[in-house]
Amino acid sequence: MLEAIGVGSVEALFANVAQKHRLQRPLAIPAAASEQELVAEFSALAARNVHHASHDWFLGAGCYAHFIPSAVDAIASRSEFYTAYTPYQAEISQGTLQAIFEWQTMICGLTGLEVSNASMYDGASAAAEAALMAMRITRRTKVVVANSVHPHYREVIRTYLRGLEAQIVAAPRAADGRTAALAGLVDGGTACVLLQQPNFWGAIEDVAAAAAAAHAHGAKLVVVVGEALSLALLRSPGSLGADIVCGEGQSFGVPMSLGGPNLGFMAARMASVRNLPGRLVGQTVDGEGRRGFVLTLSTREQHIRRERATSNICTNQGLCLLMATVYLSLLGRVGLRRLAERNLAKAEYAKARVRATRELTLPLTAPTFNEFVVGVRGSAAAALERALEVGIVGGLDLASYAPELGPALLVCTTELATRQAIDRLVAALAGERP
Amino acid sequence: MSSADRRARVGNATNGFAYEEPLLFERSRPGRMACSLPRCDVPETDPAAVLGAAALRDDIEGLPELSEVDVIRHFTRLSTWNASVDLGLYPLGSCTMKYNPKVNEKIARLPGFSGAHPLQPVALMQGFLRLAFELERNLAEISGMDRVTLQPAAGAQGELAGIMMIRAFHEQRGEKRRKVLIPDTAHGTNPASAALNGYEVIPVPSGEDGLLHPEEIERRMTPEVAALMITNPSTLGLFEEHIARIAEIVHARGGLIYGDGANLNALLGISRPGDLGIDVMHFNLHKTFSTPHGGGGPGAGPVGVKNALAPFLPVPVVRKLGGQEGEGFTLDYDFPLSIGRLHANFGNVGMLVRAYAYIRSLGPDGLRRCAEMAVLNANYLLARLRGVYHVPYDRPAMHECVLSDRHLDGTGVTTLDVAKRLIDYGYHPPTVYFPLIVHGALMIEPTESESLEGLDRFVDALLAIAEEAREDPELVRTAPHHTRRSRLDETRAARQPVLRWQPEEPA
Repeated sequence: MLEAIGVGSVEALFANVAQKHRLQRPLAIPAAASEQELVAEFSALAARNVHHASHDWFLGAGCYAHFIPSAVDAIASRSEFYTAYTPYQAEISQGTLQAIFEWQTMICGLTGLEVSNASMYDGASAAAEAALMAMRITRRTKVVVANSVHPHYREVIRTYLRGLEAQIVAAPRAADGRTAALAGLVDGGTACVLLQQPNFWGAIEDVAAAAAAAHAHGAKLVVVVGEALSLALLRSPGSLGADIVCGEGQSFGVPMSLGGPNLGFMAARMASVRNLPGRLVGQTVDGEGRRGFVLTLSTREQHIRRERATSNICTNQGLCLLMATVYLSLLGRVGLRRLAERNLAKAEYAKARVRATRELTLPLTAPTFNEFVVGVRGSAAAALERALEVGIVGGLDLASYAPELGPALLVCTTELATRQAIDRLVAALAGERP
Repeated sequence: MSSADRRARVGNATNGFAYEEPLLFERSRPGRMACSLPRCDVPETDPAAVLGAAALRDDIEGLPELSEVDVIRHFTRLSTWNASVDLGLYPLGSCTMKYNPKVNEKIARLPGFSGAHPLQPVALMQGFLRLAFELERNLAEISGMDRVTLQPAAGAQGELAGIMMIRAFHEQRGEKRRKVLIPDTAHGTNPASAALNGYEVIPVPSGEDGLLHPEEIERRMTPEVAALMITNPSTLGLFEEHIARIAEIVHARGGLIYGDGANLNALLGISRPGDLGIDVMHFNLHKTFSTPHGGGGPGAGPVGVKNALAPFLPVPVVRKLGGQEGEGFTLDYDFPLSIGRLHANFGNVGMLVRAYAYIRSLGPDGLRRCAEMAVLNANYLLARLRGVYHVPYDRPAMHECVLSDRHLDGTGVTTLDVAKRLIDYGYHPPTVYFPLIVHGALMIEPTESESLEGLDRFVDALLAIAEEAREDPELVRTAPHHTRRSRLDETRAARQPVLRWQPEEPA
């Protein structure tokens, strides 16, 4: 090979890198590990993290422990999918392209909107991109964000809007856990209202009222969905007037994986498709008139439009999108609804058990889906510690998120929570020691 | 009746084992389902009673009804329609489509990684925090940067983070700088990231040799310029030989240098961006560090910075405990100058696990060997293809080489046709028509994963296509001929967008 190139050594291939620009020593990183050593080393690291199978699990707050059917990973492990890249060459990427088209169709159905992109990094960046999209459409700069949107999402929105002329106004929470009336906060300079459904505290918001408040001033309503499974039960945000629906699709068969990679999604009305960020797959035909799929409307995107693009996003979360599409196919329209009802039943049972104690309270009274706030006596940290002693990860301590609620936890019950585990959780939070 | 018609009539719509496959929604049959819930151990709830009937949806439009066999066959068939690294050479320039080791897939699926939650107590995620801490340190050493954040979910988000830190750095010093210099060879994400953060983009032309020249920077480097974004090696596959001088000019006038790490593969163990004057850079773990591309993500785009920019890093920051605090790692949030959060959690952890496993399995010698073999392979392709394909900037290549279709002028065959014809030879085409400054560019990155025999076969295919272009141009212009679908009508897709399946209206 060197002969064909016409150099004497591999070293000579780097002649254009001046000696003073070269690293004159080996990299100071550990020596190579064999595959056997690697597996042992990483198994030891993994063993130092608890996970939803090592404990009874009641922690949600934007990342949910759901059962994942084996067929999901069987497909996601096919290297024809996971070692491919963005389907630029349509003729040899029809598998990926058709799966994305199917995902787009499913997201449109779930959200009640007309166009979905091929996914975003996560729910938080999807929410931030939705705010930017609303600003582009309305040419306005004020964004009203409910305080009941996931606190991390609100931080990411703030980060994304840095450097732009944008104003973020917070909409407070009412006593029952829902967002208080928006009327006084929205005006003619408002680009959008951002509402989470169900909200971070688990409460089910009045989307139609928020849509009316936003639309009265020509603003857009963005609904952020943190627990995607709720879409199977609740009226779709699109049918209630939301203009953009985005959020986190991790609940649809994507492992929690310490919160990433998860699956941002985003849908909107067809009238605003040119302002949508991210990849889009469209149907077309080949030279013989046969149906096929391609990446399309890419004049919105950075590789064509550069600094005038709708976003700088390049990749999507292709493999996570595939997992979710397989998951939704397996559960289907009936199974997904049943699963959502099961989640609701578990939460209602847990809330009933909480009500039956003298030590615990349900401080927010709005209806909930599979997550709700529990007030405890003493400190929330101590209550979680008692749960941990009996093998339970009991929820999220809200001390740093909502100190005004007093000692309180955000507790989530998915289909994985057994009746027995719920009973033990309630006993531990109420103060019983084993 | 022809045999093809007869096969179609029989209904399996196959050509041997090349299957047609309808959309999921067209396969759907009422009553099928592939999920089984456990017996309900709590009282059943009537959703309407709890939430009110008005809050509930009727039906979930858009979801099919299928059995598990239906679903598995559907997606297995779709998978056979994809080109992939495991199937063959995938020389997509600037995407570094190297082999993705199988052990990393196994490791990322360990329940302690895949089943752990981002908000579980810090004391109960020490394995992850240790891994994150070590990966940050390794990436810092590899790049010559001082600190690293793992949070950005992709290279483009890394660029955004880097540009935000640059803005915060200048603002902290009371300076309002509104412009960013970007060479004409840059990836589209560079100008888009700068614009997304409110900067005006000033393009910088490359010289006749394809390199960026200090005079061009000198001329544009006003006090209004916050930074220069530079990709090294450039998208022409060339090492930016004047980088140190350029960095001096930018620094002397108060600017910073952003390094796009897309092409870091060429420099592993050879040269470190941090030693060349780069102040901020992102890594593409899905390129350089072998995490699978996943059909277009998830990637991961950690960002390295020099100490001067460390106060602006996103939160949370992983810290090793010391002294009285005992053993272990924790998360720190209290950085008043931080640009804030970019991701709901810690970034794409599953990708971080795979990348760290890759670095651990290669070590310092293995990483350097990657760069050497990647550069050897690219130069070998260049040597064998020169003459038949035009080489617009004929200098020693780094990890990739850029050719053009100029030698095919007069045949009617263009770069796009060559790319599509390569498919008939069993190769994923290179990146085409990029960088924009090369007319009809073919950007080829073989990576270190390919053997000499594999490269020779690929070269033979490209040489054969050049011959075909002269002898039978129509054959090349109408390629591919051996795929499930021939060339797809992209104009129609854009003009009459069909972006989801909808049931046909009853006539």
